[in-house]
Amino acid sequence: MSASEMWNIFLMQGFAGLSLFSVLLLMGLGLAIIFGQMGVINMAHGEFMTIGAYTIFMLSSLTETYAPTLTPYYFFVAIIVAFILAFAVGWMAEWALIRHLYRRPLDTLLATWGLSLGMQQIFRSTFGAKEVSPTLPEWLLGSWAPAEGLDIPINGMFVMGLTLLVTAGVFLMLYRSRWGLRVRATVSNRTMANAIGINTKKTDRMTFAIGCGIAGVAGAAFTTIGSTGPTSGSLYIVDAFLVVTFGGAASLLGTVASAFGIAQTQSISEFFLTGSMAKVLTLLTIITILMIRPQGLFALKVRR
Amino acid sequence: MSGTAMLNVNDLFVSYGQSQAIHGISFGANRNETVAVMGRNGMGKTTLFKALMGVLPLKGGKVEVDGVDLSREESFRRVAGGIGYVPQGRMIFPTLTVEENLKTGLENAKNKEIPEEIYALFPVLFEMRKRKGGNLSGGQQQQLAIGRALVTNPKVLLLDEPTEGIQPSIIKDIAKALNEIRKLREITIVVSEQVLSFALDVADRLFVIEGGRLVHESTRANIDADRIKQYLSV
Ligand SMILES: Nc1ncnc2c1ncn2[C@@H]1O[C@H](COP(=O)(O)OP(=O)(O)OP(=O)(O)O)[C@@H](O)[C@H]1O
Ligand SMILES: [Mg+2]
Repeated sequence: MSASEMWNIFLMQGFAGLSLFSVLLLMGLGLAIIFGQMGVINMAHGEFMTIGAYTIFMLSSLTETYAPTLTPYYFFVAIIVAFILAFAVGWMAEWALIRHLYRRPLDTLLATWGLSLGMQQIFRSTFGAKEVSPTLPEWLLGSWAPAEGLDIPINGMFVMGLTLLVTAGVFLMLYRSRWGLRVRATVSNRTMANAIGINTKKTDRMTFAIGCGIAGVAGAAFTTIGSTGPTSGSLYIVDAFLVVTFGGAASLLGTVASAFGIAQTQSISEFFLTGSMAKVLTLLTIITILMIRPQGLFALKVRR
Repeated sequence: MSGTAMLNVNDLFVSYGQSQAIHGISFGANRNETVAVMGRNGMGKTTLFKALMGVLPLKGGKVEVDGVDLSREESFRRVAGGIGYVPQGRMIFPTLTVEENLKTGLENAKNKEIPEEIYALFPVLFEMRKRKGGNLSGGQQQQLAIGRALVTNPKVLLLDEPTEGIQPSIIKDIAKALNEIRKLREITIVVSEQVLSFALDVADRLFVIEGGRLVHESTRANIDADRIKQYLSV
């Protein structure tokens, strides 16, 4: 293998890693804002991703059946619907279940795990155990070849763009919106936030729902790189947790950096090693770094 | 107390689990009046204030602001009902900028801009508005905590030991600010204190709290300073 071929493979695996990066980042973002705001570890987060993926599938089928001419465009609407559905289910889950269990971390862990199993069963009963794939618009398929022997998949770039947009949106919301101010005040000091007039419980519900909605968008992105089954989301939950822990739970920038690192290590080494060896390598790297920096990659530098 | 008082506290009981800390406190405070609650460490000042704010639940009794019973409300509703809170230890949000700290108090305001008046009262907050709250000095944080409470446009402002751990020159500034606030807004101010000179600078009436009960009351005009000093010394 010549050096330039090596380089091309390196680049292509790197771009393939970007899709994984996107899904992990979106998953990690949602987990991180939920954990940051309420200390809840949402074991059902993967299922909210699955909601997003199935939404794309449903809308794809609907479009094909009733309005085949719209097939090139449905994807954009479907992403928004994926967010809204996951958001709505998250809102209800918080209201019905999670809010009764705050300050009981073990109970929330169990409850969200139970929720995850329940949701998987609902997916199975509704869509069947077999994996499904939406018909992706023509323009998402294929690849872009800027140089001889170098193929960069379009879907990867699209998903990447989508992720950047959502991430920027989350940052903007957190630092420029009233909701963001409420969240950051509550994270900083819940009792005091309430005593200055912030309805912290309503803020909790909103945050949980937004986190779930972002997972729904992750699910939409996921459909471009894999097919959707009832347990698709649960396959990503461990990696998403890794992203959050590794990045430092309090830091969104850390989440971005660690999602990138994990996805790239995984994707690039996967080409040269077997899948499970690549995973071992990724885990080893993470554990080593966490041993040196137990607070995660990024930590806040402010007097508390 | 008369029913026309802005703040009406009636037979308040508060406990930590099995141990009762406030044993039936009643007092009132009028519009445009400042009252001080004096007491040594551990006498129940913070417990009383937290109960007024809804941070601690009441075991019994009633808290009324401007004729509205807030006794069962969550803290954020009491803010809407007109109570502003400056807790002991200031409790500003360290990770938020000064400006953002002030904005947290605008939850019920129609105009979400920080009123000019706050910066006029505490010019240092304007200079530092882009800094993280956690990087301010203790005295500056105290001014921020007062500013943040004022932004909520309270009818009753509660300040729990605002002079604790603050150097004398800044204590003077805070006393001046409190008097200024009262002149500007004609609100009710309730302040807890261990420093008699500060209380005399700001308060129209003084109470002494001991072991979770009010044991003494006097107006500033008729104050028996030696008696209060005795309560405050160990
Ligand atoms: N969280 C708590 N659990 C149990 N008892 C408490 C708790 N907080 C305070 N107490 C008790 O309640 C009583 C009143 O305490 P409080 O903090 O109200 O006093 P304080 O007058 O504010 O004192 P300081 O001047 O030191 O701030 C004390 O006996 C204290 O030990
Ligand atoms: Mg106290």
